[in-house]
Amino acid sequence: MSSVAPSAPPTTRARAAGSLYRGREGMWSWVAHRITGVLTFFFLFAHVLDTALVRVSPESYDVVIDTYKNPLVNLMEIGLVGAVLFHALNGLRIIAVDFWAKGTRYQRQLLWSIVAVWVVVMVPGAFFMFKHSFEVLFGSK
Amino acid sequence: MHSSIPPVIEAPRSAPTGRPRRSRTNVELYAWLFMRISGIVLVVLVLGHLFIMNILDGGVQRINWAFVAGRWASPFWQVWDLLMLWLAMIHGASGLRTIINDYTRRDGTRLALKGLLYTATTITIALGTLVIFTFDPTVH
Repeated sequence: MSSVAPSAPPTTRARAAGSLYRGREGMWSWVAHRITGVLTFFFLFAHVLDTALVRVSPESYDVVIDTYKNPLVNLMEIGLVGAVLFHALNGLRIIAVDFWAKGTRYQRQLLWSIVAVWVVVMVPGAFFMFKHSFEVLFGSK
Repeated sequence: MHSSIPPVIEAPRSAPTGRPRRSRTNVELYAWLFMRISGIVLVVLVLGHLFIMNILDGGVQRINWAFVAGRWASPFWQVWDLLMLWLAMIHGASGLRTIINDYTRRDGTRLALKGLLYTATTITIALGTLVIFTFDPTVH
């Protein structure tokens, strides 16, 4: 048994992958989960602060909220909703991977399923959210 | 090559020297569990909040002080928003704590960032709670 030749490293690709981890769906969903989570958390500070103005005076609250009523902020809102929705769906996927016996085996299919749900929700969602801005921008209001 | 002593291989994810190898508490377990439980509750609270505010109620275009006053006149929405505030802030702070632990290399940096995180989180939760409890919708 001492003469067993060392097994060659698996060379499925011509180029050596090196030591850089290049995970596929699992890694990218992890990256997206972090980014969407941090974005949402930082927004949350601003959102609590602006809402706290209701306690200062009706005027100060309305002045600040009026600065949000334009198409640019509307686009950012759609981005926020998209980030939160991905984070929510991927969070449920993580829970499934953690607690469902077959979760790990189907983690990739679960990811593409939540991406599909995200698209199905976001297309009409973005449409209804941007409806008013569209009317402001292109004249019917 | 033929040494009788096998080479010592460091265990994966072992803590660098100078930091305790094992914690005596179950804080990490509870944090892990909290992220999952609060996450499920937040899926309902936050997605519900976003859907109601942005689609059903017509978005920020319709928001002003009177709208908030009408909303917080109801204890149901007060409790909804209070629960959402606490869970989302603690969930977010816990997530950012993990990220700080992952990317900071020096103890001082880690300590400073976590100090800032916990301070900002505490102030924001306190402020939001105060506003929900002391807001008077009849005052104009």
